[in-house]
Amino acid sequence: MSDFIVNWLANVPAFALPYALAALGLIITEKAGVLSLGAEGFLLVGAMSGIGVLLGIGDHPALALVVAAFSAALLSLVYALLVVTLRVNQVIGGLALVFLAQGMTGVIATRAGWTNRPVDGLQPVPLGGLGEVPVLGPILFQHDILVFAAVPLVALVAHVLGRTMFGLRLRAVGDGPDAADAAGIGVAATRYGAIALGAALVGLAGGYLSVGVAKIWVEGMSGGRGWIAVALVIFARWQPWRALAGALLFGGIEALIPRIAAIGVALPQYLVLMTPYLATLAVMIWICLRHDGTSLEPRALGIAHMREERR
Amino acid sequence: MAMALELLGVSKAFDGFQALAKANFAVEAGEVHALLGENGAGKSTLMNVAAGLYRPDQGRIRVRGREVDITGPVEARSLGIGMVHQHYKLVKAFNAVENILLAQGAARYGTGLAEVEAAIRAQGEAVGFAVDLKRPVGSLSVAEQQRVEILKVLVAGAGILILDEPTAVLTDREAEALLVTMRALARQGAAIVLVTHKLGEVQRHADRVTVMRGGRIVASADPASLSAAELTTLVVGATTPQERQPAIRIGGAVLSLQGLVGARSDGLRTLNGLTLTIRSGEIYGIAGVGGNGQTELAEILMGVRRAQDGRIVLAGDDVTETGPKPRRARGLAAIPADRQAYALAGDLSLAENYAVGGLASGRFGGWLRVDRAAIRARTEAAIAAFDIRGARSTRQKASLLSGGNAQKLVIAREFADSPRLVLAHSPARGLDVRATADIHRRLREARDAGAGVLLISEDLDEVMFMSDRIGVMSRGTIVGEFETPADRQAIGAAMVHHA
Repeated sequence: MSDFIVNWLANVPAFALPYALAALGLIITEKAGVLSLGAEGFLLVGAMSGIGVLLGIGDHPALALVVAAFSAALLSLVYALLVVTLRVNQVIGGLALVFLAQGMTGVIATRAGWTNRPVDGLQPVPLGGLGEVPVLGPILFQHDILVFAAVPLVALVAHVLGRTMFGLRLRAVGDGPDAADAAGIGVAATRYGAIALGAALVGLAGGYLSVGVAKIWVEGMSGGRGWIAVALVIFARWQPWRALAGALLFGGIEALIPRIAAIGVALPQYLVLMTPYLATLAVMIWICLRHDGTSLEPRALGIAHMREERR
Repeated sequence: MAMALELLGVSKAFDGFQALAKANFAVEAGEVHALLGENGAGKSTLMNVAAGLYRPDQGRIRVRGREVDITGPVEARSLGIGMVHQHYKLVKAFNAVENILLAQGAARYGTGLAEVEAAIRAQGEAVGFAVDLKRPVGSLSVAEQQRVEILKVLVAGAGILILDEPTAVLTDREAEALLVTMRALARQGAAIVLVTHKLGEVQRHADRVTVMRGGRIVASADPASLSAAELTTLVVGATTPQERQPAIRIGGAVLSLQGLVGARSDGLRTLNGLTLTIRSGEIYGIAGVGGNGQTELAEILMGVRRAQDGRIVLAGDDVTETGPKPRRARGLAAIPADRQAYALAGDLSLAENYAVGGLASGRFGGWLRVDRAAIRARTEAAIAAFDIRGARSTRQKASLLSGGNAQKLVIAREFADSPRLVLAHSPARGLDVRATADIHRRLREARDAGAGVLLISEDLDEVMFMSDRIGVMSRGTIVGEFETPADRQAIGAAMVHHA
């Protein structure tokens, strides 16, 4: 039994990290008032371009992750153009982006011959004897650099959003774009920035999926994790630390599935995979029932901003 | 001496609609300058040009004698121009300090917060304001939010303060306090622009008045040199003498409320056994201090809130347990107080907003087919018949209409089927002189055509002027009924003594 728990806990970070990174990215974008349903697409683009670097350029996992983030950010500018400049409905824009990314990554990876080719990818940080410590070693010290960077990154995002002028402006754009506009803040520019920055983090999450976890590219390998991240942001009510907690919860559930299968217990895995959505539904119902109006949802989320409209 | 702010020959058009036509305006330091005009006269547009929110199509702006180009709100602020908008430009999730920090800007968040808080305290003491700095402004009262807005422009060091309809959302006492504060600021050397459509404010508090009509400046004068009648003439163009017109023919009961009991959404009981009868051909006015159950009465009558006890008999049928649809079928027409929430869908077109009232009649097609041509034709006819201005097309969004014209659209729809009972809740709230007169005339016409009219209003003058009978409402019941012409003092006493 203790082996089971150690194996499970040692696997949780790898499952939780993509959720945490993607949710952080979505929080940044959505705090600026832009709904981001395109996460699934950014994950795919990040995952594919990361593998592309490893196979095409060479074994540089760090470069692969940077390119993963960068290419998702680049694609997100198309989304920003659609929903900020052209004021396309953000739900439709987000869905369109997912389908675009699915098709695009499929075509590019197939043409380039990147599919189903294993890579070395990101390796655990060598911590010498620490990793050999029984129980705690595998759980805490046999991880790659991104796992160790996760907590400082959450702290950084929480600080920037909550305790800096940049964060204040970004949140103002998401909560009261008219007020932000009147204060001389460029609403469109802020939203472009928030979309690109958020997409970069989601792309990094995608890169981690392929370069850090699977160490291979398979078409559609994000497997719906982008949608779970969207739900996770609602679950976390747009707060970075809660998003990390939610990512650990959802990642923990997901990490259970192979462990349970490994000890030969037949558990319907689809039931387990449903739990993040059920948890999110429960949180949304709970928020509605509380009736105190503190949903914490950015008030202008999903609403395009237009200055000279006369009311 | 150079003027603090001058706007010279400013023009601005929206989609071909000329909102401003070569408007000139000037305010000097130390004065409270009223900008008076009807809804849609262009007052807010003109001031939005000064505040940098709208770029003028042509015209020049001078600040303290120097010609300037105001390209945006930031330039306006750096020139010392601060505007308090009708719709507050506040981030509701932020507290007062964060909101002001946002507008003010600072190098660092932490030190910025401290500086802004100190500045707010200093300014707040100077003008005698008390504001909760820690709570999100969305949870503050409207008057407090307005104070945050004013503090915001004062902290920014604005010497030219523009207030767009500041008293529209305030109680009489709050409004008086605000205007006294503005006078004090002017005495300290600020130039105050008071955008308003209330004659009384202009006469009591302004040093100078500029009157706008149809996007043009029609006069600029000392308000003390003009009578109320002269000011009215300037605002509306021609005086429309208003005389009380009593009921012609009163018939049988169309609405009878018996022992009505109801509560607010939070459970507080606000109607305590209210009983009244309205006959056809009369206007029954309900006077009372706000918050004595008027809102719940209106909602229960419309059928959007359930009565806990009592009976509602409409045109001979008990409708207590029914919803809005059967009530409308029996001849109920409703003009709710909050027209944007209950009467109009702002994002839908004028035609759709007009047609929704007549869908059940079948005249716009059945459940399978919508007769768009009929809807458009009827809407166009209604726009012409009810003199709805600012409607460039029936496809235009309803939210683009000004308050008075939006109310006319509501009335056009509600009166389309010759109602037997009209519920009018604060029908003239926020409307200018001309629109108010139009709305009142429509209510009288409905009455004279045989409808019973229930007029609920917190404006005692409106109730006195319009009603054939007056009921004073206090703590959820009618505490006194008066035949008109009634004694204002007696009604006022009944309102207060039971409160």
